[in-house]
Amino acid sequence: MDLHLSTAEPTEAERRAVDSAFAAHRSPDDVPGADVRFPDSGHAARARRHILLPALHAVMDAVGHLTPGALNHLARVLSVPPADVYGVATFYAMFSVTPRAPHVVHVCDDVACAPAGAEAIIAGLAEDLGEEGEGKEACWVRSPCLGLCERAPAAMLQLAGRPDVSVAPAAIGGLRAELDRIATEEPGEPNRVPAADAAFADATVSVPQAGQPQLTLLRRVGVVDPESIDDYRAHGGYEALRRAVALGPERVIREVSDASLTGRGGAAFPTGVKWDGVARAPSRPHYLVCNADESEPGTFKDRVLMEYDPFGLIEAMTIAGYATGCERGYLYIRGEYPLATRRLEHAIATARAHGYLGADMAGDGFTFDIELRRGAGAYICGEETALLNSIEGHRGEPRNKPPFPSTSGLFGKPTVINNVETLYNVLPVLAVGGEAFAKVGGGRSTGTKLFCVSGAVGTPGVYEVDFGTTLGELLELAGGVRGELRAVLLGGAAGGFVLPDGLDLPLTLEGSREIGATLGSGVVLALDTQADLTGTLRRIAAFFRDESCGQCVPCRVGTVRQEEALARLTRGAPKGPELTLLDDLARVMQDASICGLGQTAPAAVMSALKLGLL
Amino acid sequence: MTTVLLGSISRLVTVTVDGRELRVPEGATILDVLRDRGVETPTLCWAPNLTPINACRVCMVEVEGSRVLVPSCARKVEDGMVVRTDTEKVRHSRRMVLELLASSVDMDQASTDVQRWMVEYGVDPARYGPPAPPEDDRAGHRVGHHHAPDGSTAANVAQPVKVDNDLYVRDYARCILCYKCVKACGTDAQFTFAISAAGRGFDAHIATEYDGELPDSACVYCGNCIGVCPTGALKSVREHELREDGDWRPEEQTVTTTICSFCGVGCNLELHVQQGSIVNVTSPSDHDVTHGHLCIKGRFGFQHVQNLPDA
Repeated sequence: MDLHLSTAEPTEAERRAVDSAFAAHRSPDDVPGADVRFPDSGHAARARRHILLPALHAVMDAVGHLTPGALNHLARVLSVPPADVYGVATFYAMFSVTPRAPHVVHVCDDVACAPAGAEAIIAGLAEDLGEEGEGKEACWVRSPCLGLCERAPAAMLQLAGRPDVSVAPAAIGGLRAELDRIATEEPGEPNRVPAADAAFADATVSVPQAGQPQLTLLRRVGVVDPESIDDYRAHGGYEALRRAVALGPERVIREVSDASLTGRGGAAFPTGVKWDGVARAPSRPHYLVCNADESEPGTFKDRVLMEYDPFGLIEAMTIAGYATGCERGYLYIRGEYPLATRRLEHAIATARAHGYLGADMAGDGFTFDIELRRGAGAYICGEETALLNSIEGHRGEPRNKPPFPSTSGLFGKPTVINNVETLYNVLPVLAVGGEAFAKVGGGRSTGTKLFCVSGAVGTPGVYEVDFGTTLGELLELAGGVRGELRAVLLGGAAGGFVLPDGLDLPLTLEGSREIGATLGSGVVLALDTQADLTGTLRRIAAFFRDESCGQCVPCRVGTVRQEEALARLTRGAPKGPELTLLDDLARVMQDASICGLGQTAPAAVMSALKLGLL
Repeated sequence: MTTVLLGSISRLVTVTVDGRELRVPEGATILDVLRDRGVETPTLCWAPNLTPINACRVCMVEVEGSRVLVPSCARKVEDGMVVRTDTEKVRHSRRMVLELLASSVDMDQASTDVQRWMVEYGVDPARYGPPAPPEDDRAGHRVGHHHAPDGSTAANVAQPVKVDNDLYVRDYARCILCYKCVKACGTDAQFTFAISAAGRGFDAHIATEYDGELPDSACVYCGNCIGVCPTGALKSVREHELREDGDWRPEEQTVTTTICSFCGVGCNLELHVQQGSIVNVTSPSDHDVTHGHLCIKGRFGFQHVQNLPDA
């Protein structure tokens, strides 16, 4: 391949940023000292295409936008065609290929934050900084759900030259003060812990149950110091890994199968089957991927787990890698989770320093290491095959299945992909054994489940309950409904609504399916009679239009037409033709879209229409 | 001793298509089987000389045991597979895919097959409302953001034609984003990689780096992207000008097959001639040498044979 490069050159800062990405992501098969970063280094250079996304991040972090010089430099050193680099860079909402202010305030205006005052924040920022995306030193943009719903309204500051921070609950006064401080203060050490993280010190804001003895998945939240491996070990940390090594890989998989553990990311696939498939796959190497790209509107359980118990995920990934014969795990975390990213980076480095990651871990002759990859603002990358493409440095477009990742996944190799909450469940499975684990709940819904309760409830937060708890009981646990309940959005934007007469719904996979709903990612968003239901629905429709990757026609155009029809309905257009049209659109999206995003894009809208909520 | 060349030997598997049991070679796609048995299946992003792209979703069929429809172009047959091509679900999806495209893209220059399918499946793009006005800078949309619509017009990809070189034009108001040009420019034929999909969602589009002009890109003007474009989004400047002037008359065109004289490879050429003048050059997709792809000389280097003295 002849690369056709332009004459645009990178600045020194951009060059350094790209170098840092290379240094941080050396491949295991790298020849020490060999520099393959020139266009004719062929396969050796192209095999590093997976560095593209981290390198784009590095340039964004350093400079605040992607210049032609930086993209040209990346094309040269990775031997990737410039058109491809541009195609990848323009896929992600956190990247900008046009000049942009170095300090960007992403203001969440999604289903949980909009009723909590997002528009007032936006109005204030617009007054200070001008139109969306405009401004020299700082600018603001609207954002889909930032996964901080228990602390709504939320904002995230994407800052060139210093660490990104989440601000929640956000208020215009606080954001103004923060922007002023950033404008006048020296950036300081690039790795220093930002002051804004202190707002997250109190875990009970996110997990009101924190410290209660009956908790399983959340038992360490608010109890351990998330930055101390010694404290983690003092609270039972690494006991599950010791047990796993004592059992051996096959027994570990059998325990997980006996536990009837199902995936907690939304699809509820049996984890044991997935693990067994990869463990038996003859092709090598095997890869483990942790899907921490939690982006479903209203979902924040994975973020909370990762922020307050990061070592738990590292241990669970290590066990999964051990059981399925992986030597390398990728942790793909959404780009809008700066605090969780910092905690996990620290946990990975600490675990490695203590011999819990790396070659011949803990003297057991087993090698496993974890690489953290940041997403960059694309809900679709939570779809497992889109996530794989994203890691590999391609556009985050879902792949056609089959082949499934368990036979041909990351870099074409057998790959096990698990959601964060699923992996945390592995720890109690090993602690009590698969059969004992399966005694809680029943059927395919065994163990405990995390729910993200937000909206019009007394105490929003992540709640852990046994499968089979009713929706009403869960709402009571969260302090009861504020005001008069109109509906509950269950399962997220890809889920559906439940009316007040359905609160005796048992929260199980089977129970929700019976009423045509889904637990999805565990979203329970309560809407009272004051809530703007039409606005919520339009936000969901807009969300899917924004987040469609654009690859297949049913989703790319269908989400646009769905939003337009909804707009006409809310303006009072005759219902008949619009409902026919929405139904036609829903069917083609469900039946013919490539991936789950398109297939579930009409779910909430159709559910609302069916229940007469519009 | 005589050497007999055998093709790759493949096992036969049994599949049932619309109630008929068939023995077909293992490794074939469902579409291969349907085409072989004369079951007409609409396709847009599929081409015989490209690996299946699986983006347009118009060739969908029902496969027993699958919750959703299955792309016949990409799914390989399996023993015991039960396929249905003429169910309400299949017809609905095909109609909607064609209708969604027709409501957002100018499909006027798509093939006569496509026009016929739109009639046969009962496509009605007008029900989404009048088209929104063309936009000059669709590529400038911010990723993951759009202005909330009021539903009075139907969003679409209408935009000016890009004419930035002497050989071909890019009329992206006609682009259905089938990715065929990207594949032909890349790993399926040319390995030039001048274009890629950029942007996301409804704003996704085919672009060179920084949405620049073709002469500033890696383009080598082989025109293989034109060769695979199903909707007239990519076409030669000559065809574009004739169409603009109302002088494009496909019904009057003759096709003459010949062999390219520029080098020793021996590519088959099909010369499309209108009113005594070559208006396009193509190559058959089933030709052993070209697989339908040509180079700049074969596709565009025909002026010398038309240097006739002015009559």
